[in-house]
Parts: sequence; C-alpha cells; structure tokens
Amino acid sequence: MTQTQEQIRETPLETVDLRHEFADLGIGAVLDQLDSELIGLKPVKTRIREIASLLLVERIRQKMALATTFPTLHMSFTGNPGTGKTTVALRMAGILHRLGFVRRGHVISVTRDDLVGQYIGHTAPKTKEILKKAMGGVLFIDEAYYLYRPENERDYGQEAIEILLQVMEQQREDLVVILAGYGDRMEKFFQSNPGFRSRIAHHIDFPDYSDAELLWIAELMLQQQNYRFSPEAREAFIRYIAARKVQPLFSNARSIRNALDRIRLRQANRIVAKLDRTLSADDVMSIEAGDVLASRVFTKGAGAAGEGR
Amino acid sequence: MRMTQGCFSFLPDLTDEQIAAQVQYCLDKGWAVNIEFTDDPHPRNTYWEMWGLPMFDLRDAAGIMKELADCRRVYGDRYVRISGFDSSHGWESVRISFIVNRPREEPGFRLDRQESVGRNIRYSTHAYAATRPEGERYADQ
Repeated sequence: MTQTQEQIRETPLETVDLRHEFADLGIGAVLDQLDSELIGLKPVKTRIREIASLLLVERIRQKMALATTFPTLHMSFTGNPGTGKTTVALRMAGILHRLGFVRRGHVISVTRDDLVGQYIGHTAPKTKEILKKAMGGVLFIDEAYYLYRPENERDYGQEAIEILLQVMEQQREDLVVILAGYGDRMEKFFQSNPGFRSRIAHHIDFPDYSDAELLWIAELMLQQQNYRFSPEAREAFIRYIAARKVQPLFSNARSIRNALDRIRLRQANRIVAKLDRTLSADDVMSIEAGDVLASRVFTKGAGAAGEGR
Repeated sequence: MRMTQGCFSFLPDLTDEQIAAQVQYCLDKGWAVNIEFTDDPHPRNTYWEMWGLPMFDLRDAAGIMKELADCRRVYGDRYVRISGFDSSHGWESVRISFIVNRPREEPGFRLDRQESVGRNIRYSTHAYAATRPEGERYADQ
C-alpha cells in the first residue's frame, strides 16, 4: 500500500475520472451487497456510504498530492437487543478491508472477561494481548458498558479502558475498535468516560425494525434454511409478530430467529406424527399455519412474560 | 566484532520496515513470533530471555513491532532477536530467527587454547563482554 502511495505521489494528477475511481475500488459492489443482505438499518447504511465516499475522496486527494489524513474509524453501535449490532460489526471488518482501511480484515470479538483481569497486574497484559491480536483488523467489544463498574472503585475495568484509549489514539492506522451495547447503558458509560466518546468518530444508533422488516427478515432466514411459509402461515406469522412485539423481552430479529426455530420444531413434529406416507421435498420445506398458530404468544395476552413457546 | 547469528546476520541491520515485512511473512505462515533478548553473545548461548509471552494468533505485524519497540526501550543495549515458531506437526520447532537489535559496541571474542594430555589442544571462545556481570555488559555505552 505504502509503495503504491509513493508511486502515486510522484506524479500528482490534475483531474481524476470519478466513475473510474469508483469502479476501481469496488465500492459499488460492497454497498450493493450490504443493501441486499441487511434489511432496514438506514442510519447504518448511510454511515457506511459516507465512509466509503470519504475513502474515495482521500484516494483522489492522494493522487492529486493534496494533504491526506487517516480518518478515525472507531465506532460505537447502540440499539435495542436484536437490532443487528453484532451482525453489522462482523460485516464491517470485511467492508473496511475491501475499502482498504484495515490491512487484514479479521474480527476479534471480545467482552469484558477477555480484557479485564482478576488480580492486580493481570489486566494490562491481558488487554494488550487482545489488542495485538486485533491489529490490522477490527476489535469488537460487545456489551462495552460492562468495562466500567462505578460501584466498585477497585475494579480493573478502568485500567483496560486506559490502555484501550491509548492504543485507539496512537495506532489508529493499525486497528479499528467497535463498541456495542444497549443505548441507555452505553450513554451512561460514555458519560463516565468522556475520553471514549471523543475518540469515537462514528456513533451509530440502530433503530428497531418495523413489522414489515421483521417479516422480511423471517422470510430471508427461512429461505437461507430452505424453508418457506405457506400463504396462510405467512398471514399467521404477521399476526405473530404483532402479538410478540407488545410482549415483554421482545428482542427484534433475535426473537424472530427463536420463533422460527420453534416453528421448525413444531413442523418437524407434525411431519413425524404421521409416519405412513411418502414425503415430497415440498412437504418438508413448507411451514403451515398450524405450526405458527400453536405458539403460546397467541394464547397469552399482552404482558405475558418471556419468550413465548 | 559483529556477531553473526541466525538469518540475515551477514546483511546490514534490517530497517523496521524490513523487520515488519519478515514478521508478516512469519504470521502469514501461521508461526508464533517471539521476541528474545540477551547480553551474552556466545554462539552456544541458545536460550535467550523471552520478552513477554510467545505471540500466538496474531494476524498483523503491527502488534509485534509495538512489542519490539517496548523491548528496545528497556533492553536497547542488548541483543534482541525475533524468532518464528512453527507448531505444525512434523516441524514443532523454530523456523526462523534473526537479530533485530544489537549493542553499539561489540567487543568480540577471545580464543583460548588449553594444552591438555599428550599434545592435544582444547579451544574455547570467550566473549569479552561476558567478563562483566550480567546486566552491566553493555551498560556504559
């Protein structure tokens, strides 16, 4: 990369063909893939589009021998459970790699346990070890707010935070840190660690999915597993989403995935109940209304606890 | 006298970019990269002190270069080498080892001849630096 940069710098250009540059980087393909594979998530896609555009402009500026600075890419993903924070973070490494912002494009996914030690002097080596592994890629810290425990002043989380901040500042070219967590708790976390907030350039809030988007997600999941709804089952599932949404502990796409898992169980049970027949591929693929309607979500009213069976 | 041990030791000292490129080569091969240091230059001194732990599961040389910088800050007056350990079946040994840091002055070796029984001669090499206690061998530079 550095070599090509130098080669480019030797001959500053006056004009650059934007379309050619765009095609050259393969940005279009990355964005199209994102649009087709991730449903909803407008703010996320907008931000990735912006980052991609920035890269393009930086490349062009380089070719024109104008000053370029490496952008800060550390991100914070906040949002309700099941809104795709982890999925996008894992995807982000690949995107940044293809756009040329990180060298290797691997993701190291960690939580508090991987960073914070159990006794004095244990935390720093542990955190540094993880940071070394993440170099050249993305460090994804899930449930990042657990790092800071204000109720225990001897907590080693603060030590991990300080090391993280130092590396995030000094080795911006070497790794991208992505924090993820639920909105309100992350807000508290940033309030008590203002240094973190200012070092993160991209604060992205993941919105909840609409009913239509959830149905779309469900159909995509089924399609990937070679299942499909019958028209009646689809109608039933639309009602299921509406009913499940008002019940407590609803976690967006994760609840949908769990519901589908249970629907598949019931479908399997229904098929196995009648042994004396021959099955077609169509039979084992299709999910009937009964498989959906047997869910406890329909029998319990709003306010019933937990994941409905 | 310039100590020659391991790969590249007859070449001029590697620059940091060259070291990083070699390290990246090791990582791409899946080897665990280690940093070791010593102040005893004797060729039979094979077990050097390790700087930290072996670095398994790294993907990019930047992490090792950071450790190397830290090691140089503490032991800049000693020999530092980087080795790549291949843990795959059948190898299970160090595949590459090269010096990345050396003291500014290397006093070299003295050859001792000892007359033993008959007309036999025993030879031994003695590093001038090793006459001083460990830790102080290159300290006054």
